[in-house]
Amino acid sequence: MSKYLLNKFLYTVDRDPALVERYRSEPHDMVAWWESTMANAVLNSHGGEASTWLSFTDEERAALADHDHCKLFELGAHPFLTLTLFIAMFERDNTEPLEYQKAYGARMAHFSMPYPDIAT
Amino acid sequence: MASIVAVIASTHHPFYYKASTATGEDRPPFADEWVRKITAFRETLTKANPDVLVMVGSDHFHQLWLDNMPQFLVGKAPFYDANWYNEEREFGLPKMLLKGQEDLSSHILRAGLDSGFDLAFSNELRIDHSVTCPIITLRPEADLPIVPIYTNIFAPPLPQPSRFVKLGEAIRRIVEEWPSHLRVAVIGTGHLSLELGGPRQFGPHGPDPEFDRRAVEWIATGDLDSCLREVSLDSLHSPGNATHGFMDFMLMMGVAGAGAKADYVDTLDLFHTMEAYFTWYPNGVPA
Repeated sequence: MSKYLLNKFLYTVDRDPALVERYRSEPHDMVAWWESTMANAVLNSHGGEASTWLSFTDEERAALADHDHCKLFELGAHPFLTLTLFIAMFERDNTEPLEYQKAYGARMAHFSMPYPDIAT
Repeated sequence: MASIVAVIASTHHPFYYKASTATGEDRPPFADEWVRKITAFRETLTKANPDVLVMVGSDHFHQLWLDNMPQFLVGKAPFYDANWYNEEREFGLPKMLLKGQEDLSSHILRAGLDSGFDLAFSNELRIDHSVTCPIITLRPEADLPIVPIYTNIFAPPLPQPSRFVKLGEAIRRIVEEWPSHLRVAVIGTGHLSLELGGPRQFGPHGPDPEFDRRAVEWIATGDLDSCLREVSLDSLHSPGNATHGFMDFMLMMGVAGAGAKADYVDTLDLFHTMEAYFTWYPNGVPA
């Protein structure tokens, strides 16, 4: 399990407007593309110095590709990163203020304390 | 030596800017009261007449990231650009440019390292809303030079709460030993109970009003003993999954000093989280 790599996906996508749109509109293709091209990138370094060992488990890849924020929480992805990116993708569909944010919390009602560990 | 003319601790609510500038149907019903409270809070800094602001906050995975994560970091740069694309996107925060006070940055780094705090530093730091929110609320002219200090309340493993308090106590002493005639305000922002990305988020109040009540009491009365006795890295999970930001309030209690009663206390019960505002005047309340 790679909480770090889940977080790296959320972090690198959330800070790039084009990737946010691509993740919203074609999540399966986009997650496959990201894993093959960006998962091993050492940020701030050129491609020749990429890491060699980072990949998602099947469960992690499916959670990202399915936009399954509850599963990402269960897997220990950082909740702030997940929330911020999902708001970026879906708040625009709100019909009233905070509609998406409240529904996002309601979908997680089955979680109780202690929450999954987010330490990486 | 420099003087600390005000110590200020506050929540940093990224929605304030948008709420306070919205008009017509877009203006939320709580905006007018919020603006009134912020305007009164701002006056507590204005009347201290500071020259320099030491700003304690926490980067929200903007520039500081898991491949190279400092626990405590001091900015040392002539300028700080501010606010990030995703803060503009989600909160409507404006781009900003703040001046740095490099001499005080150098002094804090040197004295901090010599006092047992292995502070990281940054010579090119784009700061985020943990620092710009209090600029917007307390000094919207954004005209004073700053020294940003970032703490890790976000990416475990985190330093212990007692370490935040000790760093605050060290910052107080170090700034007062700065060979300068300048008037310094130390401003830090954190959270009371808060949940982000979990089932208790965005409720009608903060996720744990009882924690908030006790926290405000600890801060207002300078009751570090009770606060340190009851707060641990484990205990902070239960009021809400983002409540570790309360440790920045504990750092500011360290700056203010054990037993120091705040000279100004105000709160605002908002949806999602409670706002709380505190000011101490170490040299007495300015006329």
